[in-house]
Amino acid sequence: MTQNKTIKVDSLARVEGEGGIYIKLKGAEVVDVKLKIFEPPRFFEAFLRGRSFAEAPDITARICGICPVAYQMSAVHAIEDAFGVTVDGPIRALRRLIYCGEWIESHALHVYLLHAPDFLGYEDAIRMAQDHPDIVQRGLQLKKVGNEIVSLLGGREVHPINVRVGGFYRVPTKRELSPLMERLHWAREAALETVRWAATLPFPEFERDYEFVALRHPVEYPFNEGRLVSNKGLDIAVREYDDHFVEEHVPYSNALHSTIKNRGAYFVGPLARYNLNFDRLSPLVQEVAREVGCEPPCTNPFKSIIVRSLEILYACDEALRLIAEYEIPDKPAAEIQPRAATGYGCTEAPRGILYHRYRLDDDGTILDAKIVPPTSQNQKMIESDLWHLLPSLLDAPQDQLLWRCEQAIRNYDPCISCATHVIKLRFERE
Amino acid sequence: MPRKRRPKLAVWKFASCDGCQLSLLDCEDELLRLAGHVEIAYFPEASRAIVRGPYDLSLVEGSITTPHDAERIHQVRRASRFLVTIGACATAGGIQALRNFKDVREFISIVYATPVYIETLSKSTPIAEHVFVDFELRGCPINKYQLLDVISAFLHGRKPNTPPHSVCMECKRRGVVCVMVAHGTPCLGPVTHAGCGAICPTYHRGCYGCFGPKETPNTNSLSAWWSHLGVKEQDLVRAFRGFNAYAEPFRKESEAHE
Repeated sequence: MTQNKTIKVDSLARVEGEGGIYIKLKGAEVVDVKLKIFEPPRFFEAFLRGRSFAEAPDITARICGICPVAYQMSAVHAIEDAFGVTVDGPIRALRRLIYCGEWIESHALHVYLLHAPDFLGYEDAIRMAQDHPDIVQRGLQLKKVGNEIVSLLGGREVHPINVRVGGFYRVPTKRELSPLMERLHWAREAALETVRWAATLPFPEFERDYEFVALRHPVEYPFNEGRLVSNKGLDIAVREYDDHFVEEHVPYSNALHSTIKNRGAYFVGPLARYNLNFDRLSPLVQEVAREVGCEPPCTNPFKSIIVRSLEILYACDEALRLIAEYEIPDKPAAEIQPRAATGYGCTEAPRGILYHRYRLDDDGTILDAKIVPPTSQNQKMIESDLWHLLPSLLDAPQDQLLWRCEQAIRNYDPCISCATHVIKLRFERE
Repeated sequence: MPRKRRPKLAVWKFASCDGCQLSLLDCEDELLRLAGHVEIAYFPEASRAIVRGPYDLSLVEGSITTPHDAERIHQVRRASRFLVTIGACATAGGIQALRNFKDVREFISIVYATPVYIETLSKSTPIAEHVFVDFELRGCPINKYQLLDVISAFLHGRKPNTPPHSVCMECKRRGVVCVMVAHGTPCLGPVTHAGCGAICPTYHRGCYGCFGPKETPNTNSLSAWWSHLGVKEQDLVRAFRGFNAYAEPFRKESEAHE
C-alpha cells in the first residue's frame, strides 16, 4: 500500500524571521520539499534609490537586527570601491574588530540559544538552562562580550551608529579599548570550552559533496576583503559576482534564490569559510580543531556548531591581537570625494557572504542598489539537504522527523529577515 | 515572592528586522531571571514550544504590510490582556514606510522579477492604526533597559518610565557638548524622543531620529536652523524621512520641503 503524506511546519522556530517547511511524501519517496519564506517584503533596494551614499550604512543595517555590522561593512566597502578610496591602518583594524564582536555575539546566540537545544532535546535554551545552567550562562556571557565590542566601537549592539563611509565618526583611544582585553581573555577560555563541549554533541551521519563559497584573503581569515573562491574552481574578484551568480524568483518564497551559473546550489557561511581558509586561522584555533577531530574537509552540516565555536575562538584571538596592536589614527575617517561610478562590496557576515552593489551619481546619490544576503544564497542548499536527509527519517515518528528537519535547517543559521528582503514546516503524505 | 501562576509573555513579529525582539535575548544578565518571573509562552525566535493563550502581555514588533498581517494583528489583540508595541516599525511603520510616499507597484518590480508572486499592501502602517495598543515603546532599535522596565511595569500595574522629552536633555545630562552649536553639525536631537542615551552626539555625529518625534516637537523651527547651516531642501526631506518617516510630525515636516 502506498501511503501519501504531507508534512508541514507552519512556523519555523529559533530562526530570525518567518518561514515554514513543506514536505510531500508518496510512500517512501520524497516528492516535494520547499523552504517557504513569507517574511513580508520590505523593498530596501527600491527605497535606497535617491538616498545619499552616506545613509547607506544606516539604512541597510535595518535589514537585519542580528547582523547589522555585516550590512554596514558591505555597504561602506562597496561605496568606497565606487569612489576609489582604500581604507588602511588602524581604521581597517577597527573594522575587523567590530566584525569580531558581531561574529562572537551572533555565533554565541546561535550555538547556545538556537542550535544546541536541538542536539540535547530541549525546546529552547531557557528549558535547557534548568538542567544545564552553567552551559547556558557561559553562552550568554560569551554573547555579551561580543556585544560589548560592538557597543564600544559602534555605540550600541543593535544598529550601531558609529560606522560611516571612510571609517568612523569617532575612534576610541587605546585606553578606552583596554578594558576589553580582560573580558576577551575570559572569552577566549570560554570559547575553548565551547569548542570542546560542542564536539561532544551527538551528530547524525550525514555528509555531502558541497560547493563551498567564501572570501579568501592572501594572509587573513576573511572578514572584509578577498577574492570569492570555491572548492570547485571558482576564483573571481568581488566585482565579477554578477557574472557568476544569478538570483531567481520562485512563487512560494518572498526571498530570491541564488545559484552559481551552470552549477546550481552552493553553500556559504562558517563551514564554507572554514573549509576554504583553515590555513588562515590562528595556530591556537588550528590546534584545537585537530584536538577535537574537526579538521577540514568537514562536510557534515550538523557539525557547523563546532565550526561556529571555532570561529568564536578565532574572533576572540583576533580581537586580542587587534587591540594589542592598536594605535589611534590621526583622523577617524578617510576623505570621501563622491563620483559617478558603480561599486562592489562583499564581506563575511556571520552567516556567509553578503554582496552589495551600488550605482552612484556624481554627487553621491544612489541610483540603484543590489543586495544579496547569505540566507538567499543558502536557501537552495537547505532544500537540497532536506531532500537527502528525509529518506533516512521515514520510519521515525513524525514529531522526530520534523524536529530533525528543523535542526537541519538551523545548521545554516538562516536569517529570514535578511533573505526577504523562516520557517513553517508543512508535510504531506498523499 | 513566588506567585501561584507566572504571567504569560508572548512576542509577535510583523514586518521588521528582528532587532527589537533580539533586545530581549540581549539582556544576557537578566534573561534567565526574567524567565523565572514570567512564562515565556510564545516567542518563536527563541523557542519551538508554544503555550496557548490568552497572554498577559504581548510584545509586538514590526509593521503591518500585508493583507494577512492586517488580519493576524486582530487575533493577537484578542489573545492579549496587554499589548505593547516595540520599536519604530510597530510604532510608526518603520523604514519600510518609505513606500507610503511612492507607488508600491514600482517598488515590487525593482526588487522582484515576478511581481505577481508578491502580496503586499500599498502602505506600511503602525500597529495602533489597526488595534488598540496599551503602550508604545519607541526606538530603532528599542533600548533594552527600557524594555525590561516596560515588562516590569505591566506586570506590577504601574506606568512605564520612558520620558517623552528630547534627546537634548540626554545630551545635557551626559555632559556632551552640543554638536550643532559647537560644530555646526545638523542634529535631529531637539525634536527626537529620548531613550537612546544621546549616543550619536557622544560619538561626534548628529542625531538621526531613531526614536521618532518627541512630545510636541517644533520641527519647523529646527528645519529653519538646519537651513542656516546650509542644509538643502532635499536633504531636509531625507532627514525627516528615516526610520520614523510616517510618524505624523516627521511626515508633515518632510512633505513641507518637497
